[in-house]
Amino acid sequence: MGLDFSVIPDYLDIVLWGALWTVAITVGAAIVSFFGGIVFAVIALYAHLIVRLPFRAFAFLFMGTPLLLQLFLIYFGLVQIGIDVPAFMAGVIGLGLHFAVYNSELLQTSILAVDKGQVEAARTLGLSRMQSLRKVVIPQAIRDVIPPIGNNMIALLKDSALVSVIGVSELTLSAQRAIGSSYRPFEFYVLVAVIYYIINIFMEAAQRRVERRIQASK
Amino acid sequence: MQRVFPFFLEAAWITILLSVLTAVLGLICGILGTWARLSRFALLRFIGAAYVSVFRGTPALIQLFILYFGGPQIGIQLDAFEAGVIGLGINAGAYMTETMRGAIISIDKGQIEAARTVGLSRLQTMRYVVLPQAMRLMIRPLGVNINALIKATALVAAISVVELTYTAQRYIGSTYKPFEMFLIAGALYMIIIYVTGQAVAWLDRKARIN
Repeated sequence: MGLDFSVIPDYLDIVLWGALWTVAITVGAAIVSFFGGIVFAVIALYAHLIVRLPFRAFAFLFMGTPLLLQLFLIYFGLVQIGIDVPAFMAGVIGLGLHFAVYNSELLQTSILAVDKGQVEAARTLGLSRMQSLRKVVIPQAIRDVIPPIGNNMIALLKDSALVSVIGVSELTLSAQRAIGSSYRPFEFYVLVAVIYYIINIFMEAAQRRVERRIQASK
Repeated sequence: MQRVFPFFLEAAWITILLSVLTAVLGLICGILGTWARLSRFALLRFIGAAYVSVFRGTPALIQLFILYFGGPQIGIQLDAFEAGVIGLGINAGAYMTETMRGAIISIDKGQIEAARTVGLSRLQTMRYVVLPQAMRLMIRPLGVNINALIKATALVAAISVVELTYTAQRYIGSTYKPFEMFLIAGALYMIIIYVTGQAVAWLDRKARIN
């Protein structure tokens, strides 16, 4: 069986629709991972021991196991405890939590690197602990980790292919659907690889622009 | 729990085997990639850069699917395990290329010039001056690559290789105990990653003493 790329136009709408869902899931999971990362970092650094220790164990477990395994846990685990979420939501939650843990590790380091004198100054001016954290420390810490978080978001795009395994109709699963009726795996997987690559290039370009702006604002 | 545990141990063995073979192939591809990227010839540099860009710019899962499901169309017949090792190894090699190249180009240019001035050839300079120092620098970051690679072996579950994640998925389906199965598989992954991490740290310490 040779190669025949001429079958692609017949299925292009399915595949492009899938690409749209890949973008949607990437954006959704990126938002969850960003804000989740902030919350996790604050918990890991400032929460009471009773909260902090189990949280640390959770983060440790999430960083030491494959994303695919975690997706199975979240998808089937939620069903098990009676929460029947659509596959798309499970995918966003799974990807989002996974990368939130990684973002939180980055943020913890940068939060600790913010000059202590600034917190003292903020407290002296009458800001509460929470306020000085929220208005003084975290904004600066976030600025410092934008470039590595950008790397995580690009990794997230590629890892979003994994949610096809729990049945989210994104780019990878759309390709599988097209292959199911055309019997042309090579052509369609190469096609989706090209589409992922293009999205990846856009994300890298965006990352470079943001980095330049951060450099300029320093 | 006791009934399924032996199956998990067997699966862990497959994960270890996959990880070792993938790491070896990854290192070979990484060395070739680094050599191409640092070559004097523009064509080789381009090939090296394209390799890194394409394999890091697309999902490893898709690369695996192209090889395993698309391979037969272009005359490549592999079983799932072989496709897993080759697909993941080439993918890991792209990341390792960047690690190795980074370590090599971080070596002070003045040293290379000095070595060339005292009469060492390009190859000799690489072998006696640059590499001994660069090797020491790359152990830890390569350890990070290997850690990622161990977790990436889970992807072969999608092409039905019976390793840890596939086994966990299968027993989640048949026992309806997702948390327990996750914890068993997770603990085994973490043991593998911990032992590998210790080995890397040991190598790193040893390299620093010499």
